Formats: sequence, C-alpha cells, structure tokens
Amino acid sequence: MVDVRLPTLLRPAAGGSASVAAEGGTVGEVFADLVVRHPALRDQLLTPEGELHRHLNVFLNDDDIRYLGKLDTTVSDADTLTLMPAVAGG
Amino acid sequence: MLVLEAAVWEKVLAHCLLGAPLEACGLLGGRGGDDALGLRAYPTTNAASSSRVYTVDAGDLLRADRAEAAAGGELVGVWHSHTHTDAWPSPTDVSQAPDPGWHYVLVSLRDLEPVLRSFRIRDGNIEEEPVVLQ
Repeated sequence: MVDVRLPTLLRPAAGGSASVAAEGGTVGEVFADLVVRHPALRDQLLTPEGELHRHLNVFLNDDDIRYLGKLDTTVSDADTLTLMPAVAGG
Repeated sequence: MLVLEAAVWEKVLAHCLLGAPLEACGLLGGRGGDDALGLRAYPTTNAASSSRVYTVDAGDLLRADRAEAAAGGELVGVWHSHTHTDAWPSPTDVSQAPDPGWHYVLVSLRDLEPVLRSFRIRDGNIEEEPVVLQ
C-alpha cells in the first residue's frame, strides 16, 4: 500500500484523514483506488477527462510527478505520495 | 487577526523588495486559526517569474510544509507582492485562493514605503484583518 498524504482541504473528502493508504503500481492506479475508497476525491484529483488537476501538486517522496511520468509514474509500497494544492495568484 | 513576529515581518518585506520588479512570494508558518500566529517565513521562488502573477514553486512549497511540520507548526498563509498596485487581492488572487483557513498577505511596493496588509478569502469574499506585530 502506498501512503498518500492529504492537504487539509482534501481531508473532508476522505473521512477527515490526513493520510490514507491505497494500492497501485502507478500514480494513476493509486488515484483510481483512492477514488473507489473515497469517491468524493474524484473531482479534487482529476479533471473530467481524467488528467491530473492543474492546481494540484503531487509529489512522489521528494519529487514532483510532473517532472517524472505524471500519472504514469511508477510507485511502490515504500513510497509516499504527498498532495498539495498549488499556491498562486496575481 | 494575524500576529507576526517582527522578524517575520522584516523578512517578508525584505523578500518583496529584493524580488522587485517581479512579484515575490513566500509562505508563513506558525499557528493557524482565525487568530493566527506567523512565527516563521519561508521565502519561495515565484515559478511564474512575472511582475503580474505568482506561483509558489512546488518544490519550495513541499520543503516549507515539511520544515513547518518539523517545527511543530503548520503553514498558515502566503504572502506576495504587488509591485505597482494596492495591497488588495486581485481577481486572480481571489479565484485562485485555495484555502479558506489561510491568511493572504499582500505587500504593495507601489509607493516609497512598502505597505503590508492581510486578508481572509472565503467563497470569493475578501475580508481584511488586522496585522499585529509582536
């Protein structure tokens, strides 16, 4: 199981938990499993087309998955995924 | 209300001044809530490298979050500069404000003296809050 750490904003969609466990060999598979366990997370993680939300940062351990394989990034049981909303403005 | 350590206030203003003419941004750590305490300032890179918009560099965001957790606190807000306009949230700031629990600090560099103000942004509504130095 991969440990997925959720930001405050996403916790209500996952029963209030700060971290949840999910299964999968890639980030996309882990997200799919997460959505089965916590359906309210679906629209927070992915666009209607199934792409990673532009305003969501996803880190595999210390690395931004945008610079790895995005949703195809390989993960293993010892890994931690950290989700954080992008902080931006004008 | 946002209470800032004087050293944090100085660090925020210095970071904004040094970042000009681009918008500067950074994260505040401390104790959250409606009456938050900003104990630590984490200057970050503006990944947008722009004088009109900012994006906190994602790696800097992760590092600040971890440093704050290690310090026993949490991220309580973000600051950024407006180089030529008032210290008031822009429509972009409002539409992209991710966290109703956060404190959004604006620093205007329009005039000779920088102006620092703080806001809550919830459901698209802007509410200014007092900033108190300690």
